[in-house]
Amino acid sequence: MRQNNSITQEHTRRSKAKADGENAFKVRLSIRTALGDNAYAWDTNEEYLFKAMVAFSMRKVPNRETTEISHVLVCNVTQRVSFWFVVTDPLKNHTLPAVEVQTAIRMNRNRINSAFFLNDQTLEFLKIPSTLAPPTDPSVPIWIIIFGVIFCIVIVAVVLLILSGIRQRRRMSKGPTEVDDPEDKCENTITIENGIPCDPLDTKGGHVNDAFMTEDERLTPL
Amino acid sequence: MACALGPDPRGADGGHERPSWDNRLQYLLSCIGFAVGLGNIWRFPYLCQTYGGGAFLIPYFVALVLEGIPLFHIELAIGQHLRTGSVGVWKAVSPYLGGVGLGCLTVSFLVSLYYNTVLTWVLWYFLNSFQNPLPWGSCPLDLNRTASSPRTIMYELHSRGEACRARIQARAPWPALDGPSRVPGFEAECQASSPVSYFWYRRTLNVTADVSDSGSIQWRLLACLAASWAVVYVCVIRGIESTGKAIYFTALFPYLVLTIFLIRGLSLPGAVEGLTYLFTPDVRILQSPRVWLDAATQIFFSLSLAFGGHIAFASYNPPRNNCEKDAVIISLVNSLTSLYASIAMFSVLGFKAANDHGRCLDRNILRLINAFELPDQSVDRDDYAAVLTHLNATQPERVARLGLETCRLEDFLDKSASGTGLAFIIFTEAILHMPGAPGWAVLFFGMLFTLGLSSMFGNMESIITPLLDMGVTHRFVPKEVLTGLACLVCFLSAICFTLQSGNYWLEIFDNYAAPLNLMVFAFFEVVGVAYVYGVQRFSDDIESMTGRRPGLYWQVTWKVVSPLLLLTIFVAYVATLARTPLSYKAWDTQYVWFPSRQEKSYPGWVQAACVLLCFLPILWVPAVALAQLLAAHRRKKDTGRDRCPKL
Repeated sequence: MRQNNSITQEHTRRSKAKADGENAFKVRLSIRTALGDNAYAWDTNEEYLFKAMVAFSMRKVPNRETTEISHVLVCNVTQRVSFWFVVTDPLKNHTLPAVEVQTAIRMNRNRINSAFFLNDQTLEFLKIPSTLAPPTDPSVPIWIIIFGVIFCIVIVAVVLLILSGIRQRRRMSKGPTEVDDPEDKCENTITIENGIPCDPLDTKGGHVNDAFMTEDERLTPL
Repeated sequence: MACALGPDPRGADGGHERPSWDNRLQYLLSCIGFAVGLGNIWRFPYLCQTYGGGAFLIPYFVALVLEGIPLFHIELAIGQHLRTGSVGVWKAVSPYLGGVGLGCLTVSFLVSLYYNTVLTWVLWYFLNSFQNPLPWGSCPLDLNRTASSPRTIMYELHSRGEACRARIQARAPWPALDGPSRVPGFEAECQASSPVSYFWYRRTLNVTADVSDSGSIQWRLLACLAASWAVVYVCVIRGIESTGKAIYFTALFPYLVLTIFLIRGLSLPGAVEGLTYLFTPDVRILQSPRVWLDAATQIFFSLSLAFGGHIAFASYNPPRNNCEKDAVIISLVNSLTSLYASIAMFSVLGFKAANDHGRCLDRNILRLINAFELPDQSVDRDDYAAVLTHLNATQPERVARLGLETCRLEDFLDKSASGTGLAFIIFTEAILHMPGAPGWAVLFFGMLFTLGLSSMFGNMESIITPLLDMGVTHRFVPKEVLTGLACLVCFLSAICFTLQSGNYWLEIFDNYAAPLNLMVFAFFEVVGVAYVYGVQRFSDDIESMTGRRPGLYWQVTWKVVSPLLLLTIFVAYVATLARTPLSYKAWDTQYVWFPSRQEKSYPGWVQAACVLLCFLPILWVPAVALAQLLAAHRRKKDTGRDRCPKL
């Protein structure tokens, strides 16, 4: 008799599940996608674990600490592995509102996922959106760091090149300046022999014999 | 017709000895680096794909032989012989042609402006490649809305974006962006288009919807612009003394990276399909004159002719250098590089097409499995067609309600693009799916940057060498100051491209400032040397330099074939330009068919700017010729007046 009673109770509960469609949630699992060859088969034991996880989540909600595994009803299990579930309240003989179940599941989503070795994409609660991870922006965007490095290198290179150019020019100007002077005087006709002008009327260094190399050039600089 | 044979002892070098290359390799690498640029990577593969694959190589090499190599030889020989930049060279050929040199200088200046802006974008992407995951891989969160949407809905939305594109092709309207189909959480613009397009149009360019809406200066792009001009300055600071050192790296690094990409690309799945699809020749396409025209145009721009850069490089050569061999070597290397690059690119793009096709199938399979409650992973990509026909036979209405996409590999292989779209949208998306994506992104953008940099050296030399030869600055002003000033002026002028409408202006410059002008100047070059200077005298000069007289091939191409070819492509180009209305494609989020770009026509003032860009550089030629005429007329009058009165 008692067995018949519990079976009829189960039937009424199931019909309640179907009637209260708005408080029922569809769940879809993609075990083979997640685990590949290590996939386990979905049987009644796994269903029992699922009911236990849902009951556990509901127990964490204040006022629902007395939720039992038998209060969670699972039906319409397909080959896909997808099914519907609903949480009932036997005292009041109705299904718990969807909002409560949703908040409970969302708070414990991680625990439920890890119980089955799945994640948010492979264990889907079709009406419950998952919370997105907050954007992990570093305090300084990485491109600014690399930009700073490159720019510093370039500035240093420019400064070094300019300095070495100045030093080179100073060394050249300290050497024979005869080649430059006639250019400064803007004369068009200069006879140049071996790079030294044959202009004896050079008023600058009058007593220097321009035809010979200067002392500085013969000796290697220190 | 007065002309100066041989170097001017005082003028061209300003008293200093003319700088020269350390060795022949530097010179060859500089010319190759100048010729091989971004166009070899993103223009040639597109042309190959559009014009019948392997068959395109025939008109390409014909144009190379008839037009590219002869023109190139002229530039090298005349620069090497007259030992001065482009302005001096054309003034020496004929005073009435002096405007050609000035025009080349102007065009080089305009091209440097926007070419370095492209390098700025490449630098920006390069800097953003040093992170995992890459920033263009996912949509950013819109923090104003509730961030709560499961990845599967995101996945479906992205596929909805794909389906959206399919609907656009089928001409079916899609609800506007503000419709109820929007899922809170991610940026709406990114959801509707794709993360890669979003990163390019919004996070990089921050583009406005219209060219007349300039928007504000993007400080990130401005910083990158400053950095890229600083890098150019470091390398160009002492003219060829500094570029000669830098060119070893910037010219050879791209080849290394292309080889790496080729080896990696060929090992990826789908690469071989991509390559066979690209290179399968369709010989019927050769009947269309359009193909020959585009091949000739491509060769012309690919070799960077008529900029004056090759003249400048050759002017630093020792007088006894075999310019004929150089011309043939450099042109062949340029064309072979294009071929090599297209093989590398298309192996990666074939992989991308196969990947996209596979994901399209996966999405369809997921829809089928979820709708018909089939076991997870029970339908393979190979079984999909059979399962679909079976389901279609038994329950066609349910299948029709699913909204399955058509997944054909050819559709994905056909998606072609050239220019910035290829590099910044399509190729970056391909890189996302390669394992070790940040490393590949760094390599790719590093390669693009060095490719563009070596072309910039040539551009800057074609500006700086004539300025130095003309003696624009006083003798005491060191060369570093002149190059610094040139880079500074270019940088300040290029700031207009960092505006939000900068991309539209860059397309205007690319389409109107360069092509027509370069063709006109090249025509004047070849006619000036062949007829004004005289092929005989030119052949004598070459014989004195190389020891061999140019043969019949050179004589025929210089006198007849190349001028005719240039004239033909110029006329055809003008005809095409006149027929197509001046319009551009705008990225408008409010557009009905977004993410398709909206075709808008240019406002009046922009059209005026286009016309100005087209014709202003050319005006140097008649202007200088007129000035010379007036001067000669005045001189004749003066000498006449001197002779007349007999005291």
